[in-house]
Formats: sequence, C-alpha cells, structure tokens
Amino acid sequence: MAYAAGVDVGSTQTKAVIVDEQGRIVGRSLTDTGANVIQAAQSAFDEALAQSGVREMDVEYVIGTGYGRYRVTFGNTQVTEISCHGRGASHMFPGTRTVVDMGGQDTKAIRVSASGEIDDFCMNDKCAAGTGRFLGAASMALDIPLPELGGKALQSTKPVKISTTCTVFAESEVLAWLGKGKKIEDILWGVHTSIAVRTIGLLRRVGVEEQVTFTGGVSRNQAMVKALEDRLEIKLNVSEDSHYMGALGAALFALDHIKASRQPVSQRAEASP
Amino acid sequence: MTITCGIDVGSTYTKAVLLDHDDNVLGRSMHKTGFRLAEVSAEAIAACLESAGITRDQVSYVVSTGYGRHQVETRDIQATELTAAARGAIHQFPKTRTLLDVGGQTMKASRVTEDGKVKSFRLNDKCAAGTGAFLEKTARYMGFETEQIGGLLDTSRDAVPISGVCAVFAESEVINHLSLGTPPADIMQGAIESLVTRAVQLLKRVRAEPELTLVGGIVRFNSLVSAVAAKMDMKVNVPDDDDVQFVAARGAAILGHRRLAKLARETADAGATASASA
Repeated sequence: MAYAAGVDVGSTQTKAVIVDEQGRIVGRSLTDTGANVIQAAQSAFDEALAQSGVREMDVEYVIGTGYGRYRVTFGNTQVTEISCHGRGASHMFPGTRTVVDMGGQDTKAIRVSASGEIDDFCMNDKCAAGTGRFLGAASMALDIPLPELGGKALQSTKPVKISTTCTVFAESEVLAWLGKGKKIEDILWGVHTSIAVRTIGLLRRVGVEEQVTFTGGVSRNQAMVKALEDRLEIKLNVSEDSHYMGALGAALFALDHIKASRQPVSQRAEASP
Repeated sequence: MTITCGIDVGSTYTKAVLLDHDDNVLGRSMHKTGFRLAEVSAEAIAACLESAGITRDQVSYVVSTGYGRHQVETRDIQATELTAAARGAIHQFPKTRTLLDVGGQTMKASRVTEDGKVKSFRLNDKCAAGTGAFLEKTARYMGFETEQIGGLLDTSRDAVPISGVCAVFAESEVINHLSLGTPPADIMQGAIESLVTRAVQLLKRVRAEPELTLVGGIVRFNSLVSAVAAKMDMKVNVPDDDDVQFVAARGAAILGHRRLAKLARETADAGATASASA
C-alpha cells in the first residue's frame, strides 16, 4: 500500500496530512510554526506518521506548500498554497467553485473550475487588515484565548461597529470601546463583522459562485462562519478538517504523482498542479 | 495679564501648555492619553496649572486640539491639529512653508502660508506603517521598549531594508533579519528609513516647499531628521527635544490669544458704535 503526504507550513501553524491511495486522510497533525520552520515541518510530518501508523518508508511522495514550503527539507517538491487549497476543497466538497481561505496573516479568495483547477485568485498581499491577525489583536487586547473568541462573539446582542482598518490600530480601538463600557461580546462581534466585510470585498474581486468552501485555521471559528454567511447570504461548506485543506491538497497532488509514475512512460500525463 | 491654555489630546500623549500674552510658557504637562479622554484632559490641565503655580480662574481661554479635542470639557473652542501645529510651527520658525507631523497613530503633511494658515494637507491615519506605532511594533518584536528606540538607533551602523508596507507583516521581516544575525539597531534604522520613504511620498503629494518643519513625538530621532533632510534636499527645522511634542499645544494657546484679541476688538468696536449712536 502506498501513501502520499502534504505538509502545509503556514505563517502561524504547520499542518501535515497523510492520505492512502484512495485519497482518504489516514493521519493529520498540527503544530505551531514558531521560529524554527524546518523543525516545525519535520515534527508535523512525524506526528502525522505516528498518528496514522504508516511507516515513513511507505510514504512515496511528499509535497510542501504554504509560505514555508521550501523549508520542507524532506519534501520531493513544492506546490503553492493557492493550488493546494483549491484542490483540497474540491476533493472534500466536489461542488466547490469558490474557496475562501483565512490563515494567520493572509486571506485568499480562490475561484476553481469543476475539475478543481484554479481559475482566478486574489489575496491581501500588502496589508494584514481583515486577516486572522485581526482576531489575534483582539485576543491580545481582551486577553481571551483565540479559540474562545468565536463562541463569545456569538453571544452579542448590541454589536459595536469597528471603524479602524489597520490591525495595529484595531487593538487600541478594542480597548477604547472597552473603556467606554461596551460588552466584550459586542466588541468581538464587531471585530468578526469587520473581517467579514473585508473578506467579502476580496471574494467579489474573483466573483462569488456557489458552492463556497471556507478553509484555513479561521474556518474553525463559528462566529466567522456566521458573519460571512450572514453577509453573503450563502451557506458555506466547512469541514472538521478545514484547516488541513492546504495540506490535503498537497497530499493529493503527491498522490497524483505516485499514480502517474506507475503508468508506462508512453501513457504518462504530467501531474501538474 | 491674560493667560491661555492649549491642550493637544493626541492618540498617544496629551500635552498642555499655559502661555501668557508676552509669549512666555508658564507651565507644561504631558500625560499618556489612554482611553478616558475627558479625564486625562482634566488631569493634564490641572498638572499644567500646578506646574505654573496658577489657578484655573486666572486662565482666560482654553483651546483644545488633537484627535480628542471634543472631549475636553472645559474648552472654550477647539481647533484641528493641523491648524494648531501650523500656528505653533510658524511661530517658532517663521519661514516654515511645509509641515510634517509624525505622531503615534498618524502622519500628516501640510503646506502653510506665511501667516500660519493651512493651504493644503495629506494625511495617513488608516495604516500603522508610517506612524510611531510602526516603530513601536518593530521595537517590540525585538524585545525593546519604545523608550529604548533612540538609544538603539545611535548604535546603528548600516540599515537593512524593511519594506514598511504593513506593521504586521514587518514582524516576519524582523524575525528573518534577527535569525540571520542582523543587529537590532540596524533593523530599527531600516524601519526608520521605510517610515521616511512614506513621509517623503506624503510630502511630495502636498508639493513641499522650503522651509520644512518637523513636529510630533517621533521626530526626536536624529537619524529620522537627517534622512528626511537628505531625501527632500531642503532646509529642515526641528524644535528642541523638549518642545517637539508641544508644538500643537503651544499653537493652540497662541490661537487662544489671537481669539481673545479679536473678541476684545469686537467689543471695543461694538462699544464705539454704541457710544456713537448714543
């Protein structure tokens, strides 16, 4: 039995996924990227192996993706995270035409074809406004752990409107609202709405076509899902494994490579991302 | 003796100045702004009065400025920080025609007339890159406090490029440089230079003309001043370290005196008209 792996080295977290020949996830792991990127990639991979019970020698091909993809020293090749998120989302939700990926410091809107190929994409490349970092700033300012922000925000009854664009200034604005006696949940819902507004701006640039699949670490945040759904008036595809979507896509590309290399040379089609 | 008070409630610091009609500064104070603007304004004025040894009823007029100017409850009038800074700058450097004000959360460039009126301006208050917050964040990523930035810059020998498009993205750049062994001082200087690039863009958009006067808390750094002077190729004025953060507050106090003088003239005119008609 052959296996393939994908390692997605993001700015905040590193994800690894191992798939079997049918493309089913048999092992997954997540670790903080930290300063030692090479180490993070290695330990994510080791942990995914341990979890799946697959031996390293049975993993025939490994693809690195994400901003640190060139630091996956044991990887056979690299594919951009745009391609991987598109591929992973199409595999998990075959009706996907639009992918919104929200990570630690960037947000991407990707339009994919019926076959999972990238038609167009758009991302915040100049500014961290409206990315996961905005939530990070709120978490710091309010001293609430990141995973608890969404649940808290959903309790809001009188939302506050956050007016700053810049993530750095958002931290002061959050504190200013707190100083004015606003409730934490109302401020937090405002923060989520503000991110949703910027994200939808990005999505409109590539065109929103159903179905829309939400990937990346922030897709685990229920309030973010609701804020986007409310404003788009569309139900989003979200999976338990949404934050592994990039790593899954990479693993699937690795699987393509394994299958292609098994065919006689005359029949080989390039496993192109 | 008429005394006016100028109070500048900035995003980071609140500054107050007491000024008599002979242009003597009688007292000054500076407080962290924080989030209770009305309270901090009252504290700043009280501290200022105390430092001058005078009482509130000896102050004839209070002019507030800065982003929190509407929260100063005891104000007689408010002026935008552009107007107040222009007045303060032209008072100190009469040949000022362009003003660059770099504060904690804003950067403003303006052109002023010889009598201290603002002709045109451009500002950035949407993005932390290009403001004091950018330098503060850069310092913090490296484990330094805001107060240590000046000392750090003095030891820099060679700046490394920092892109300066986003204060958040700068973190990855800073970490990369640190991991390559770049001295923090050189990274800090790189941040200064990227800030200067943004300042120059803003100055070009107002079509800067000499002389250029720099004000605001951030221009205390010598390397910033010399970089601006080199890139703009014009005479650059900088108030003394002690005064540089008080330019707008002092300008506001001067505006107070001008306003009082105008009110006095109007009263005199009205009196003259009244007695003429009698």
